[in-house]
Amino acid sequence: MASQYIVVVGCGRLGSMLASRLSSQGNSVVVIDPHESSFSNLSSDFSGFQITGDASEIEILRSAKVDQADCVLAVTDKDNINLMVAQVARNVFEIGIVIARVFDPAREQIYRDFGIATISPTQLSADAFMANMPS
Amino acid sequence: MKIILIGGSKLAYFLAKQFASKNYYTTIINDDLEEAQTLSRTLKATVIHGEGSDPTTLGEAGALQADVVLSLTAQDEDNLIACQIAQKEYGVPRTIALVNDPENQQIFEKLGISVAFSATQIIASLIEQQTASSDIQNLLPIAEGKVSVTELALEQNNPVVGKTIDQVQLPNGTLIACILRQGEVIVPNGENILQALDRLVVIGQPESYGQLMRLLCSE
Repeated sequence: MASQYIVVVGCGRLGSMLASRLSSQGNSVVVIDPHESSFSNLSSDFSGFQITGDASEIEILRSAKVDQADCVLAVTDKDNINLMVAQVARNVFEIGIVIARVFDPAREQIYRDFGIATISPTQLSADAFMANMPS
Repeated sequence: MKIILIGGSKLAYFLAKQFASKNYYTTIINDDLEEAQTLSRTLKATVIHGEGSDPTTLGEAGALQADVVLSLTAQDEDNLIACQIAQKEYGVPRTIALVNDPENQQIFEKLGISVAFSATQIIASLIEQQTASSDIQNLLPIAEGKVSVTELALEQNNPVVGKTIDQVQLPNGTLIACILRQGEVIVPNGENILQALDRLVVIGQPESYGQLMRLLCSE
């Protein structure tokens, strides 16, 4: 796969893991998080950029050059921020691939019906537990 | 009319009081337990402790029957999602969101919110108008700012003093709606002559507004 420009919003456990892996695969990665200390979660060979700021502020997304991104992953621990960033990336910056993490299954359903690509950790865990149950 | 108010503490309190006096049916959703308790003790409105962007809470608040959802929390993203869920999931016809980042105003409206308003923008423009000229008072923006009504005073040395309104040649899209002269209100036609110390109430669209102000305020 050719190198892509990827913006990861949120640098917690999931965000830092995604950013580190994507970076080590040779992609250009920018990661955004309001807390500078979160960037210590990134692996030592992460070679992308870090931006400290609140992604619900459009200026911050702009400074990450979201408009030029091939892909935006919204993976903060707040569903509403992820859903807002995903919609702004898709509808304002017209990014092709946008995925939001959404914990609340009800909210996930609504936005999936609305055409926002979502991943629900709650749903995935439930499915994984069920798959391991003796039938 | 049935209104759901989300967040906003003091603002929600005073709005709910006003709505009650107009006999609107108001439901408040507040995620701070203490605040929710105080509101429910002091207001006639129904108060629900919860998150406005939670679909179940919105349903309990009666979103299916609501005419308006007004989201006033300090987090732009919470206001956006609450309004969108109200609209998409419960078919609320009118959604109003407070935005803190003025840039979000346009973006929220693009994302389907009926009206997004920015307190920052409103306060900034109030200050700007105050400092531009103390003789001008912006009375109110109408139709989401597509038209504004302004009151201004004519100084002795204003070049339009002594001219009829026809002679002044107002820019297109503007109008002198009335003249306040020595306590009297005159609804003018083109023949009325403008006098010093007249206070004019003018109506204009933003695009011709600057032109109008230059014409009526030039030294």
